[in-house]
This record gives sequence, structure tokens and C-alpha cells, in this order.
Amino acid sequence: MSEHDKDVDAATGVETTGHEWDGIRELNNPLPRWWLYIFYITIVWAVVYWIFMPAWPALPGMGTNTPGIRNHSDRALVAESIDALRSARAENGAALIEASVEDILADQDLRQFAMAAGESAFGDNCATCHGAGGRGAPGYPTLADDVWLWGGGLDEIQHTITYGVRQENMESRFSMMPAFGRDQVLSAEEITNVAHYVRTLSGLEEPSDASIAGQEVYEWNCVACHGEAGTGDQLQGAPDLTDRDWLYGSDMATVQATIYNPRNSAMPAWGERLDETTVKALAVYVYALSGSEG
Amino acid sequence: MATTTMQKNGIDFSVLTVGLFVGVFTLLALMVAAWSPDPLFNIHGWLSLVMCIVAILGICFWAANRKDGKLFDETQYEDTLIKWGVGVSMFWGVVGILVGFVIAMQLTFPSLLYFEEFGFLNFGRLRPLHTSAVIFAFGGNVLLATSFHVVQRTCRTRIAGGMWPWFVFWGYQAFIVLAATGYVMGVTAGREYAEPEWYVDLWLTVVWVAYLLVFLGTIWKRKEPHIYVANWFYLAFIVTIAMLHIVNNLAVPISPLSSQSVSLMAGVQDALTQWWYGHNAVGFFLTAGFLAIMYYYIPKRAERPVFSYRLSIVHFWALIFIYIWAGPHHLHYTALPQWAQTLGMTFSIMLWMPSWGGMINGLMTLSGAWDKLRTDPVIRMMVVSLAFYGMSTFEGPLMSVRAVNSLSHYTDWTIGHVHSGALGWVGFISFGALYCLAQWMWKRDRLYSANMVEWHFWTATIGIVLYICSMWVSGIMEGLMWRAYNEFGFLEYTFVETVEAKHISYIIRSLGGLLYLVGALIMSFNIYMTAKGKTRKGEEDHVHAPTNDGIPARAEAVPAE
Repeated sequence: MSEHDKDVDAATGVETTGHEWDGIRELNNPLPRWWLYIFYITIVWAVVYWIFMPAWPALPGMGTNTPGIRNHSDRALVAESIDALRSARAENGAALIEASVEDILADQDLRQFAMAAGESAFGDNCATCHGAGGRGAPGYPTLADDVWLWGGGLDEIQHTITYGVRQENMESRFSMMPAFGRDQVLSAEEITNVAHYVRTLSGLEEPSDASIAGQEVYEWNCVACHGEAGTGDQLQGAPDLTDRDWLYGSDMATVQATIYNPRNSAMPAWGERLDETTVKALAVYVYALSGSEG
Repeated sequence: MATTTMQKNGIDFSVLTVGLFVGVFTLLALMVAAWSPDPLFNIHGWLSLVMCIVAILGICFWAANRKDGKLFDETQYEDTLIKWGVGVSMFWGVVGILVGFVIAMQLTFPSLLYFEEFGFLNFGRLRPLHTSAVIFAFGGNVLLATSFHVVQRTCRTRIAGGMWPWFVFWGYQAFIVLAATGYVMGVTAGREYAEPEWYVDLWLTVVWVAYLLVFLGTIWKRKEPHIYVANWFYLAFIVTIAMLHIVNNLAVPISPLSSQSVSLMAGVQDALTQWWYGHNAVGFFLTAGFLAIMYYYIPKRAERPVFSYRLSIVHFWALIFIYIWAGPHHLHYTALPQWAQTLGMTFSIMLWMPSWGGMINGLMTLSGAWDKLRTDPVIRMMVVSLAFYGMSTFEGPLMSVRAVNSLSHYTDWTIGHVHSGALGWVGFISFGALYCLAQWMWKRDRLYSANMVEWHFWTATIGIVLYICSMWVSGIMEGLMWRAYNEFGFLEYTFVETVEAKHISYIIRSLGGLLYLVGALIMSFNIYMTAKGKTRKGEEDHVHAPTNDGIPARAEAVPAE
């Protein structure tokens, strides 16, 4: 840059580069030292990191990449820590599979292990439908009570979890209430009457002409599964109609709809997805939620 | 294409070529509309056909109304295009921020804003609409408008290509319309920030190449001896986005008449390509492009020289060489090989100072004019944008460190980080430039209201602070909850518990977004009134006279030695 176009900025006393664009000039300030030194430090740090860690694709014939001094591999580390966790749980896990209710109650360590494993597995697998803490939702049974469709003993619960409800495997819990309305087994009037009758069983309504007429329909069509008194049958998975617990709802319209076209909902066979210890732990956890039968 | 011949009578070459070009696309659109068995592609065929016909009619009416016979006056800057750019930027900005607010509310109150009957209004469809609207529709239009403004002013010449810049501008709007309507209808390639399907990608490629040629043509015929730093950044942005866009979207259409396509890459190669694209979209679209804006509007508005020419050279080359390596840090602890993760992380760390170079150069440009922070809210907005830029370009390298990433990845911390960059840096520097352009392009002595800029500044700033703080809290909280184990090594919290725990943060985030939206509306009104030539009563300060009407013929425009 020649002498004559030397241009100094008045406010800062710094020389400009002499260029100008649309009134914008540039000062000829040097790079800020701190900026430059931190930039250098980050470069040095990166080089050191490359020396220690796998970093660069290698030349042909020299493996896939530079391994670095530490030859670090996250995948190997994760495999190791999973193995470590597995072996730490092995003893409790094996004991849990064999344990009965009494064994678990007697062994505090085993009980805590089962509850911890069960709670964790329940939250990410079961709570989606059954709600946190097994509080249930319409169509999804409440687990934190004493009402059971397929039995509330530890073994029954474990069986239900392992094989699921209405699944294709032979051991699955399976029941199928006929579609009395859709398949024209009962007339609309008969369905209305029997719905009234069913609601009298749990005291939801007083007996009436309709419910008395419905009783006859009940005796012809429902007794085989739900029983004479309407108390249900856990062996067949037939719900107790005399209690206050309703899977889909107890109002007249819902009961009618259920008789017209039952929902026959399903639950996956968790034995196909979770290991034996986890299923047992889930059974223990659910059993404890209900604090129940068995 | 860079035609400099201006014909007094008859048809201009650029008008002819643009017309022919649009004609070809009219035929293609007609074929799709007529023959495509894919109903969604069919709708896009009709839509494109309508847009092409409107374009052809527009060209005809425009040419018929040139009474003076001068189509493109080489003695004047092309400013009408930039005025359009300011208008659509504000429009897309408000739309994009509004959709952002809606999806923030959908996350906060999922059952309240769930539309069973109108699936296209639900989160899955609106989320890409939000990201594309703010990045490509708002950010892209700000970049188009400012780059056309800056390249003309700093090259002291009218933009090259006659009608081609108009093709770029309207072609880009057509891209936005096709992309946005595609998203809500469910036409998606499923690539983050690159959701448009193959035919929209091809259209954008055409528009983008035209953009590159128009920009290069203008630099080619410049009347200044040197190329200004802002133009380096614009050029880096245009060239790199072209490369990223093409490679990331390599795909084979199922058939020429189907809207769907299959990506050329698969598995971890595909993941890495997507994040190579995704991260450099941040680097070259949202950083390099907006640094270009910073390099013109801050010195121009502050009327101060750029702090350091040397710093601009060093940080420019360091930034573009290092940025392109950093993408793998989005894939820490995945199937991506360890060595690639190492490179992604170390280059991100080395990127820290090159990023900060732009902040230093911008902030220090105010030396000798710091008083303007007090007197000019537009300057303050741009300076605060640099502060947010500095903060998020420190946070970025920090989050790329694998140990930090193991906590932050997949959490709301990432969302907060993105928004401190997007709302703070990209948003504020854009708003600053739009305020400048409103005043300069419509040749007003002052904005309609400087007080309203103050209001915009404070509502938006409080909005950003609420947004990023709530996301830090919820992000770190959920990260810690996800990795909490009980004494037996089982997860302490279920996933749904971590979602529930974020509810308060989500409410605060939505509030922050709402404030930011209110600020954008205030700005839109202010700029609209400025364009109409109104001045709010009782505001006679903040005079900033326009300085760039015609093309000045400077005698000293000889190359410096």
C-alpha cells in the first residue's frame, strides 16, 4: 500500500486497509492475541486427542482407522458393563425364577430386587395401558385392586403376563363372549332388558319390569359363563357382574353396547419379549400392587 | 446469463430465457397434473401449473407496462425486488413463528390441541412446517433480500441477469409453497430439514444454480477493485448449500409420475449424510449467510469501519474449512464408527474460535460508537444477536464433547441450544437488517416508530430468555432422569414420568414463543407503516438518512496498489 492512500480512522487512531465499499471501510487491526492463542490451544488439544483415541481413517492395508494409544471402543465398554450388570443380577435373578410367594416374603433382599425390577419393567411396558401404578383405564383392567379376571395369585398373574390375553399361543388366556346383538342372537329389546338385569346385580338400579324380563334372558344366555348369581368365573375369564368394577363402564349404554358387540380386548404375550426373570418380577410387582388373593 | 446489454426496444434476452424456462416447467406441471396416478403429486401438478401460468401472465403484464421502454436500468440499483423480499420475509417469519407457538402448545397440552378429524394440523405434520418455514422461508428470504441488496451496494453495480434475479426470488417462493403444502398433505422424504420430495428438490436445485449465477455475475461486473467480506460469506453460503442440498437429497423416484422416492444411501451412511447436511445447513445457511448480513448492516448502521480485516480473512477460511467436518457430533454413541465421532467432536472444538471471530469483528466494529447502543434500538438488536451468537457457538462445541453429549443428546437442551441460535442470533440479526432495509429501500428519514423497536426488542429478548432457560432446565432434568438407576441397576424413572416432569417447562417455553411472536407482529406493523411513509407522533429522534439511492460514480474507483 502506497503512502498517499494511507487512511487513519479518527475515533480509534487505527490505520484502515484503504478499501471502501458503500462507505464501509476496514481497520487494519491485528488478530486479537487471546483469540489466536485459544484457537491454537484447541488445535493442540484436538491433535492430542487424536493421538490417544481412534481418529482417522487408515491407509489401505492398515486396518479401518488409527486406533490411538488407548484403542478406545465404546461398543466394547458397553458390552462389558452389560455383562457386569448381568452377572451382578444373576444370583437374585435365578433365585427369583424359582421363588414362591413365601420365599419372596421371607427374603428381604430378593423382595427388594423383585420389586425394583418389576417397577422398572412395569413403567416402560405395562403403564402405557394399565396406567402408572396399575390404576387402569376404560378397557384396561385396574391392577391395584382385588378384582381379577383370570385370577390374582402369583402363578396366575405370571401365566397371564407370560402368555397374554387372546394371543395365538396355546397357553394364552382366551375367552370370547358372543356378539349377541351383531350376530342377532338377541333382539334389541332383549338386550335392553338383560342390561337392566345385569345392572341390578351390583345394585346400580332397582328391579323393574324390564329387569325381571331380562332375568329370563340372562338365565338362557349368560349363566354358563357368568354364573347363576353373576359372580363370574376366573377359569373362563368371565367377569364378576355383581361388583362395582367395570372394565368398559357401568352406564346403561356401555353395558348394552358390550352385550351387542363385546370388545374382547387383548394383551401381548410378554414372555415372547421379556426374559423369565423380568416376567416373574413383573408378576411379583403386580401381585404386590393388589395386595390380594392367592 | 449476466447480460449487460440493455435494449431500448424489443425483448430483453433475460426475459426471453426466463419465459422459455417457465414455459418448459408449465409443460412438465401439465404432464404431472394430467397423468400422475399419485393423488398428492397430482395436486402439486395442478398447483405448479397455476403458479407457472401466474408467472407467465405476470411477465406479460409487467413487460406491457414498461412505458419508457427501459426494462432494466443499468444506472439504478434493483431495489423493487428487495422491497418484495422484506415483505415476504416478514410474512413467512410470522407464519413460521406462529406454527412454532402452535406446536409448542401441542406439546404442552397434547389432548387440548389434538385434531382427530384434521390430521394435517397435528404435531407430526406441523413440526417440519415450522422448521422449514423459519429456516428456509423466513431465513432464506432474508438471505435472498439482503444478499441482493449487499452485493449491489458493495459491488456498486446493478444486479446481474436482468429478469433472472426475479426468477430466483419467485422460484424460491414456489419452492416454499410446494414444500409447505407437501408437508401438511404428508409428502415427505423424511430427512430432517430436507423433507421435500425429489421433484421439489430438483426445482430448488434449478433455482439455486440461477441464484449462484446471478450472484457471481454481479460480482463479475463489480465496479469496486476488491470483493467485500460480506460477499465472501454469501458466496460460501450459496456454493456450500448447493453441494449439501444435492448430495443429501440423492434419491431415485419410484416413477417419474410418483411423488415418492428412495434415498440412495442407507443405514449409518445415510445417517451421516443427513447430519453432514443438517449440521452444515446450520453452518453455512444460518451462520455464514447471517454473518454476511452482520458484515454489511452493522458497520453500515453504526457508520464505523469493520474492526479487523485480518480477523475477517482468518476466521472466514477457518470457519468454512472446519465447519464441514463437525456433522458427526450429532451421532455420538450410535452405530457411527468411533473414529468418525472423534473427528466430529474435535473439529467442533476447533470451530469455537473461528465462530467467535465473527462475533468479535461485529462487536468491536462498534468501538467509537458504543453510544449508539443507547440511541439506536436497531443497533442494539444486532449487537444482542451477536451476544446470542457467541453464546450458542460456545454451547455448541461444549455439547459436542462426548461426555456432555451423553447427557444432553435427545433432550430439550438441544432444542434450547438451537433456539438460542435461531431466535437470538438469526432472528435478531434478520430483524435488524429488515429495519435497516425498510428505512433505506423506501427512502425514509426514520422508522415509523423507534419506540416500537424498543418494545419488539424487549418482548423478544424476554421471550428468548424464557425459552432457553426453560429448555435448559427441562433438558438437563430429563437427561438426568433418563440415566438414573436404582441400587439394583434398574431404571429409576419410566419414560412417561420424564415427560410429565417437563410440563411446567413446556408452559414457560410456550410463553416465551408467544412473546417472540408478539415482537414479530410489532415489527411487521412498524415496517408496514414505515413503508407507507408514516411517522408515529412525538418521535422525532433516531434520524438515519438513506445513503444509497442511485449508483454513485466514484472517480477514485481504481484498483488499490
